[in-house]
Amino acid sequence: MKKTKIIAAIGGLSLAVLSVVLIAADHIDAPAVTGTSSDITDFYAFQGSNPDNLVFVANVQGLLASGQGTEQATFDENVLIEVNVDRTNDLVEDVLIQAIKRGDSMYFFLKDTPAQTGLNSTIDVDSMIGSVKISTTTDVQTSTNNGYSFFAGPREDPFYFDFLQYNAVLDGSAPGGFNDPGADTFAGTNVLSIVVEVPKANLGNAATGVNPLNPSAALYNTWVESKRKQ
Amino acid sequence: MKTYKYITVLVAICASLLFVQCSDDDDNGNVIMMATCDDGIQNGDEEGVDCGGSACAPCTVAVDFTGTYAQEDQMGRPGINTVFGTTGMKDAFNTTVPSQMGANFQAAFETKLLALNAAYTTNALGLDAPTFTTVLANDVLWVAQTGTTTYFEGTNVLTGRNLSDDVIDISLLLIFGGPDGTDNPTLTSDGVDSNDVAFSATFPYLANPF
Repeated sequence: MKKTKIIAAIGGLSLAVLSVVLIAADHIDAPAVTGTSSDITDFYAFQGSNPDNLVFVANVQGLLASGQGTEQATFDENVLIEVNVDRTNDLVEDVLIQAIKRGDSMYFFLKDTPAQTGLNSTIDVDSMIGSVKISTTTDVQTSTNNGYSFFAGPREDPFYFDFLQYNAVLDGSAPGGFNDPGADTFAGTNVLSIVVEVPKANLGNAATGVNPLNPSAALYNTWVESKRKQ
Repeated sequence: MKTYKYITVLVAICASLLFVQCSDDDDNGNVIMMATCDDGIQNGDEEGVDCGGSACAPCTVAVDFTGTYAQEDQMGRPGINTVFGTTGMKDAFNTTVPSQMGANFQAAFETKLLALNAAYTTNALGLDAPTFTTVLANDVLWVAQTGTTTYFEGTNVLTGRNLSDDVIDISLLLIFGGPDGTDNPTLTSDGVDSNDVAFSATFPYLANPF
């Protein structure tokens, strides 16, 4: 009996912790995607080690525990991940980069001026730019093709945030605000990452007038989407 | 190795002199010995026509990419839907194209900003509440075509997002820090200033999993 109670208490506790933990960056941001294979946790875009390239990182399925939690996590063949690049500042994608799993590999496609934009997508196989075998925790695979580089597989979650304290601040139970130092809620957890490095030349020239504070800067508008096969 | 040399020699002979006798579609005992990766038939230990097995390139599997895919999640800047979305709105936000986000969600974002910080006037970027939430409601990440890409590293602002950028402190500062970043000092940093492991300088940049 005692044991059961303790287990129940632990179970209740971890559930309570989980329910507040998992809502940061974009980790489990909305009811319909929470805990599913299409849940985007984070998006990064930065200049590569080669300054002629940009790197896009799309992370999905956050807060994977080390060991089995990570080893058993897999990309979903029904979920298409898309990186969108708008170079004309109309908030409509001019370059569409798609990634989807088939078998043991992740396949990548890039389409300039896609005929179809917005909420629904198809894949044009003629726009394939490469593929990479999906990495495991012990077998790390990358590939390159025509100046592109590709990776797909488990990675350490680069996001860091004292999310528990943030929730305490929001619910009024932490009148003193944040702690210094805080505790990184995402320390020790993994995500599934898709990383693609793209020659800037293949994205075209970015628009100016995007940032009202720095109108002369040439900036791309970029974002990531997950889409499920219908 | 010897066998391969033998095959090469045979193929060379076949191509140069004896192609009449060595036609690909013969079906006698020398088929296995004569299997090549460009003879248009599946022979030897090939797994398909001229592919797979010990000598030929792997077979390319016919992969099906057909179908229509419909949007479920979206993200540009970190934490936007999480912080500014409200109950009943978050799924709709995720399935709205960026060009419609401002019209549909800016007002709700402004309401949420003032709920988080009722004393908000402007922030360290000099943006008042309508301007700030207009920028944020269009949930896209700006990325500079040339030069430094960072959310903020002391000089450049909103020119990308590096793995190492402290996006939470930057967001907290812009929401709670007031015009010069000094308001609400206990709310403008979460006290976690870096990731728990180092990143790589080379592709794929993210660290190995735990």
